[in-house]
Amino acid sequence: MTRSRFLTAWLLGGLLFLYGPIAVLVATSFNASSLMTEWTGFSLRWYRALLHDRTLIDAALLSLRIAAVAATGATVLGGLAGFALARMPNLAGRRTMAGLLAAPLVLPDLLIGLSLLLLFVASEMLLGVPNGRGAGTVAIAHATMCLSYVAVVVEARLAAGGTVLEMAAMDLGAGPVMAFLRITLPLMAPALVSGWLLAFTLSLDDVVVASFTSGPGATTLPMVVYSTLRLGPTPVLNALATVVLALAAGAAAAIWVLGRRGEAAAG
Amino acid sequence: MAFARFIGIALRYGATPALQGLDLSTERGEIFCLLGASGSGKTTLLKIAGGFLAPDAGRVELDGQDITRLPPWQRPVNTMFQSYALFPHMTVAENIGFGLRRMGMRGAALKTRVAELLTLVRLDGFAERRIDTISGGQQQRVALARSLARRPKLLLLDEPFSALDRNLREETRTDLLRLLRDLDITSIIVTHDQEEALSSADRIGVLRAGRLEQVGTPAAVYEHPVNRYVAEFLGAATLLPGTVIGGADELVRIALNCGTEMVVRGNARAGERVLLGVRPENVVASATGSLVGVVETILYRGATQEITLRLPDGSVLRMARPVQRGALPPQPGARLHVAIPLDAGMLLRD
Amino acid sequence: MRRALAVLPVWAWLVGFVALPAVLIAVMAVSISADSVPPFRLGLSFEALAAVFSDPYYRDGFLFSLRVAALSAAACLVLGYPMALAIARSAPRHRRLLLLLVILPFWTGFLLRITAWIGILRDEGLLNAVLGALGLPAIRLLHTDAAMLIGMVYGYLPFMILPIEARLSAADRTLEQAAADLGASPARVFLSVTLPLSLPGVWAGLALVFVPVAGEYVIPDLLGGPGSLTIGRVIYEEFFQNNDWPQAAALALVLLLGLALPASLVRRR
Repeated sequence: MTRSRFLTAWLLGGLLFLYGPIAVLVATSFNASSLMTEWTGFSLRWYRALLHDRTLIDAALLSLRIAAVAATGATVLGGLAGFALARMPNLAGRRTMAGLLAAPLVLPDLLIGLSLLLLFVASEMLLGVPNGRGAGTVAIAHATMCLSYVAVVVEARLAAGGTVLEMAAMDLGAGPVMAFLRITLPLMAPALVSGWLLAFTLSLDDVVVASFTSGPGATTLPMVVYSTLRLGPTPVLNALATVVLALAAGAAAAIWVLGRRGEAAAG
Repeated sequence: MAFARFIGIALRYGATPALQGLDLSTERGEIFCLLGASGSGKTTLLKIAGGFLAPDAGRVELDGQDITRLPPWQRPVNTMFQSYALFPHMTVAENIGFGLRRMGMRGAALKTRVAELLTLVRLDGFAERRIDTISGGQQQRVALARSLARRPKLLLLDEPFSALDRNLREETRTDLLRLLRDLDITSIIVTHDQEEALSSADRIGVLRAGRLEQVGTPAAVYEHPVNRYVAEFLGAATLLPGTVIGGADELVRIALNCGTEMVVRGNARAGERVLLGVRPENVVASATGSLVGVVETILYRGATQEITLRLPDGSVLRMARPVQRGALPPQPGARLHVAIPLDAGMLLRD
Repeated sequence: MRRALAVLPVWAWLVGFVALPAVLIAVMAVSISADSVPPFRLGLSFEALAAVFSDPYYRDGFLFSLRVAALSAAACLVLGYPMALAIARSAPRHRRLLLLLVILPFWTGFLLRITAWIGILRDEGLLNAVLGALGLPAIRLLHTDAAMLIGMVYGYLPFMILPIEARLSAADRTLEQAAADLGASPARVFLSVTLPLSLPGVWAGLALVFVPVAGEYVIPDLLGGPGSLTIGRVIYEEFFQNNDWPQAAALALVLLLGLALPASLVRRR
């Protein structure tokens, strides 16, 4: 077997490993039987069950709200941070900022969740805020976790083009604010959009940080899924997974198109 | 009357000096070419002129006004960037109109002016095109139109042809120069291409390690370089070492190391070690020539042939001459007598 | 400077929600466990920290996590490197799509993908059904270390592929051609040119898998067995079941400091 054939086969094998379980899961979600091992016919019964599962639906709505808030916060802060890293080479403490931004990227969720819980507890003891933990504290934690991702995406995008476009804008009479609004911001836009989507999905997907920073009455979707899974998977979860998969594929396609447009524009 | 003046400009990047007390004046309507190798400081000077860098010392004056401390967006100076720096998220018209909008121009006036500029650079019909859908040559013209839009008092062009294919360069250069002359725009072109500088500029300045070595018309600098660096940077030159043995009335007699005595125009003390420089095209084959060498190689270059001669002291003399149809070229190994006419010799120092 | 002011919110957030919480872990680690709400009082006790090193239960947790993380990183490298190479060598129009396929699983819900594996690996699951159909004996996989490792590799494989692929596709391919032209066999070209050029990506990939796996909690809990006691599970247990916050913080502090070095490898490009 030639080397390139071997590589292609290996790649296909790897992709099968990544997608096989997902395919099984999607197929099972349409299975009338509750057993994965027997196919008793095509059915949407698990999707109907999903629609009537108040716990899952409520948790999903809460998760979507948290994710939207967290993603927006992360995009604003991460966008600023990415801009600072790419465009302010003389910024005091630049290396420290890069280091603090890198921490949530690489450290285990467990450490992020535990440390933020300690912060919330300390703050409540000393300042009285937050008054108990819930959706708000989870959103803050998720924003913290995600802003690094946004910063990385934005920094990469801005660094790729250099500063010559802003120089050109200033040369043509635009002051710093106008140059930022008319040139830098449009350049950052695709990165901000994909950063927001990335933050949104990361927030929707997180169980560990939420478990630490949430409180009674604020149970996110992954927390519900997790406690269900500990008792054993149910077919309703397969249906839920398929829905999430479809949404994620849509978002990924959007990012792909945006990235392509950005690349074409930069080239 | 000097129009754009740089007075005592100095700038360091950390410990490395980029410009060291540079003085330069250009006239109104003049096309001035700043020529230098990479790292010579030419882009630094351009950035200072554009307002992107503040000099550590010195002033920049334009039309009698001190603009040293003016930010880029308040200067009557525009730049055509080497990479063109066209805004990728805007159309051709939006790019050209960007500077005009910053002046408050809107509506019909804006449209008319943009159309005028498009016509000027022969891009009618391209207004609504996206930047990534037009060719490199067209992008170059959009960048030019954009930098001309605000009618700058001084136009800066950073390597304006370097991103173009060689065959497109000649044509674009002719177009650009005609336009600059027609509009009577005072411009400074930065380039590392000596041929481009010689053929484009009213005057050129040769920059080396942050200092101007020589300023003058292309012919003056080419024919009378002040030193060895300028002579070699501006085209092929043979430099023969020798010692001054006498002279008077702007004439100097030199004993070359190869054993021959030559006379050149210039002034020098007796006993001084100097170089006799000569351009290959000025070396003539002559039976009475005092220099004798052995033909080493013959290069066929189309219109000319280039011959290298080995002189008795081992130094090499290059000569170029028109190819004569039917005439037999000299053969390698043949002895050849050549002469350097009085006006062709350049007295140089290191 | 006005521009610097615009970055103030970022600084405030990073200091308040990243740096300060990390300091609080250290503060909690030297606090004293108490029967109150919240279950601690401030103090300067090194009891919890000392226990991290002296108590074999914690020591084993760290050692087990270290082994799991190393094994997972190695498995991801073996599986992922050829995949990265194949993607980097594919035609440009395929390359983007293949990269998207590698990234896409990230987006599909980590827990939900684990759901799939539970369905496949459980005793009455798909794998055993297939084995049964082939006349082979059923095997117990779910709630074993093996299932946990499969989950780790499955979850973190893309983190290995992406940085290696980025290095490989950025490398100048004419270098390989030059090596071949100079008489190197394909194996020699790979060992002398391709592999060394991709090493920074390999290091980044190893760190990107090793660090989060070392602190992973969900996969060991759902796929591993009762004996798959990673340090993540130990910390979680101390915190939520035993309500011993200082002990959990002491463990977390040691984990944090232990991971700082491999984590710093990621930033180096």
